[in-house]
Amino acid sequence: MAVSLACLRPGQSGIVAGFDRVDELTQRLMHLGVIDGTPVEVVRCAPAGDPIEIRVMGYALSLRRSEAEAILIDEVR
Amino acid sequence: MGAENVRKAPVLVTLGNPNTGKSTLFNALTGLKQKVGNFPGVTVEHVVGAMRLGERDVSVVDLPGTYSISAQSPDEIVAVDVLQGRVAEIGVPDAVLLIVDATNLRRNLFLASQVLEMELPVVVALNMTDLATTQGISIDVPGLAAALGVPVVPIVAAKSLGLGELKAALLDAIERGEPARLRLNAAIHEAARAFAAEMTAAGHPLRRPEAERILIDRGGFAEKRLLAATWPVLEERLATIRAGLAQGRDLATLEARDRYGWINQIVGRVEQRGPAPRNWGQFADRWLNHPVYGALLFLFAMAAVFQSVFAGAAPIMTAIDRGTRGLSAGVLARLEAGVLSSFLVDGVIAGVGSVVVFLPQILILFAFIILLEDSGYMSRAAFLVDRLMRWCGLSGQSFIPMLSSFACAVPGIMGTRVIGNYRDRLVTILAAPFMTCSARLPIYTLLISAFVPDHRYLGGLVNLQGLVLLAFYLLGIVGAVGTAFLINKTFLRGPPTRFLLEMPPYRLPNARSLVIKLVSRVKIFLKRAGTMIFGVAILVWALATFPRADISRDAARPTAHAATVQLEQSYLARVSRSVSPLFAPLGWDWKVTAAVLASFPAREVVIAVLGTLYAVENNQNAGPDATLISRMKEARRPDGTPMFSLPMALGLMMFYALCLQCVSTIAVMRRETNGWRWPAIAWSYMTALGYLGAFACYQLGTALGA
Ligand SMILES: Nc1nc2c(ncn2[C@@H]2O[C@H](COP(=O)(O)OP(=O)(O)OP(=O)(O)O)[C@@H](O)[C@H]2O)c(=O)[nH]1
Repeated sequence: MAVSLACLRPGQSGIVAGFDRVDELTQRLMHLGVIDGTPVEVVRCAPAGDPIEIRVMGYALSLRRSEAEAILIDEVR
Repeated sequence: MGAENVRKAPVLVTLGNPNTGKSTLFNALTGLKQKVGNFPGVTVEHVVGAMRLGERDVSVVDLPGTYSISAQSPDEIVAVDVLQGRVAEIGVPDAVLLIVDATNLRRNLFLASQVLEMELPVVVALNMTDLATTQGISIDVPGLAAALGVPVVPIVAAKSLGLGELKAALLDAIERGEPARLRLNAAIHEAARAFAAEMTAAGHPLRRPEAERILIDRGGFAEKRLLAATWPVLEERLATIRAGLAQGRDLATLEARDRYGWINQIVGRVEQRGPAPRNWGQFADRWLNHPVYGALLFLFAMAAVFQSVFAGAAPIMTAIDRGTRGLSAGVLARLEAGVLSSFLVDGVIAGVGSVVVFLPQILILFAFIILLEDSGYMSRAAFLVDRLMRWCGLSGQSFIPMLSSFACAVPGIMGTRVIGNYRDRLVTILAAPFMTCSARLPIYTLLISAFVPDHRYLGGLVNLQGLVLLAFYLLGIVGAVGTAFLINKTFLRGPPTRFLLEMPPYRLPNARSLVIKLVSRVKIFLKRAGTMIFGVAILVWALATFPRADISRDAARPTAHAATVQLEQSYLARVSRSVSPLFAPLGWDWKVTAAVLASFPAREVVIAVLGTLYAVENNQNAGPDATLISRMKEARRPDGTPMFSLPMALGLMMFYALCLQCVSTIAVMRRETNGWRWPAIAWSYMTALGYLGAFACYQLGTALGA
């Protein structure tokens, strides 16, 4: 069962399974390498829990929780 | 220049992801021979430099860093337009220099895969190879070149390593002119070619690369532009082509999968990752990006920046001030008093001096901003403050422009270009002029030292004057934040904005890049602000000097009385008297009104004008500032009460805090928003706010009997 990336706590990781919508945001995310099959890890949150920092393909990307909600994650660890 | 002149110098376009060392490489190749330009119609900056390749002069166009060529805003289509030769002043590029970060091959190759399909000669510069080595990454360069089908040259831009080989490859690429020929998805390629031909035949010239973007980026800017220029029925045609290509799937997803599939295959073959040594950057981020310690360190860093901007600049500013006074004294000693010496001293020297005196502050602040940007810390700052900024309607990316606006709103507003979202950018542009720029500082310091009592508390640790100054800085922030909040809650409501931001690895900033960036920003400041303030100073001088009063020229220097007579009947006095009733509720007389009106083009002019206007009765040789304060203290209303009461002075400062008195800011606003609408709104809004603030301050303060 895929969950949204926004549900992951810092330190947890998983594999991108897809998106819950198709729009400009998800297209941009795919261009940045957030694409099905790619491992991602939630590294930390900013003060007040938002935005969050994730690691994907060996680099760090920050995005808001509302944006992370669009990303579906499998095999959460 | 004729339109059809001889073949221009070959054009080279540099393109790459952000933070790959693109500007470092560009600076290393072209040095100081750079010109900053704007693309017509959009606010994307491009820098054009010149470089010698063998026997040829080549012009190099540096495009803003980008992760992909699919465009979601007018600014983002620029890369596609330049690569297709749609920008007239650049023409079709003779070659593309694509910068690829060796430490992040996968993501960088996404843009590469798009550019390699555009049928242009391409040379890949594989940058950051030093970092790749220390991180245990080794790349099979010939293997990569074979896979991409174009030359790949490993370089270290920061140390100028490999530039000779790079130049040779570039020269070769330009001379041979052999285009890269990648074709990842033949079906999309064919469909785009056919669609481009179809549109061209129908009288709307379109090239294949753009047609491909139109097909794939549904709702993107290329599509919008085409639909606006042609006819909406085209939508159906587009839908048909897309449906045929995608077969129930989404074209954008298809594209991304195709490209990353290709990339993973190549990277798997050419890249070897050994055991990575300890990553200091990630370790540092545990502290620097920590919700608590990171925020504290951030506050500390900002405090340090401000401290050095003010403390560090003070001695240099004093020295500049002393220099201009010495110069004035020298002129007065050598020249006979009259229109010429007055022009030189009160017009030219005072005008230029009032600009140059801000330079140290601006220089220091810019140096910090460039260092923080190049080291990669700015993205962390944006990350830390995003929540806070969003709460008041801005985004974390607005932080950098807002910070620059403490020096001057002009570079601040230009800095909003890093904000991808138009609405966010607009809100930031409208909020930025409230930040306490360095031009407000002189009027604050003058009025505070003159009219706020020097009370000290806590054993001299805190003093009232400092507190008032701090309060006005805070007022600026409150004005900015409140305005952003208001705009967001009223007429600029829209879908939530986006924050997607890369956190680049920490890197050692490069000294040459620092100097080049500093020089170019200072040049812009001096040119924009300098011409403006200088011009206004001269204009005010002329208005105060003409028409000449009929004074007998018996004295060597104009006496104080003569100066008074001269001023009282000048154009400046006539105009101000006629409008001063409007400002009487603020407690201003015609002189203050004149000074305020004269400073609408550039607020710091007020000091010079007050200086001229109150330079009466006392002896002329006393130091300008020290006596300006005492003269203002002695100024009386007709009923004998002091002209400048504390409420009136505070109100005047309030006016300067809130009002948009800066033609350079208005001009840059117009340019960045492409029209007069927003500058007009901002000007009216801020002027009204300033008036109300001064009114409330004076009336309340007077009523309370302060
Ligand atoms: N170690 C190392 N650092 C480099 C190299 N090239 C550039 N840098 C550093 O990387 C940082 C970013 O370089 P820039 O030239 O500003 O990068 P850019 O791609 O122009 O970035 P944007 O202006 O944000 O698009 C700077 O601190 C440079 O000093 C390199 O080859 N090796």
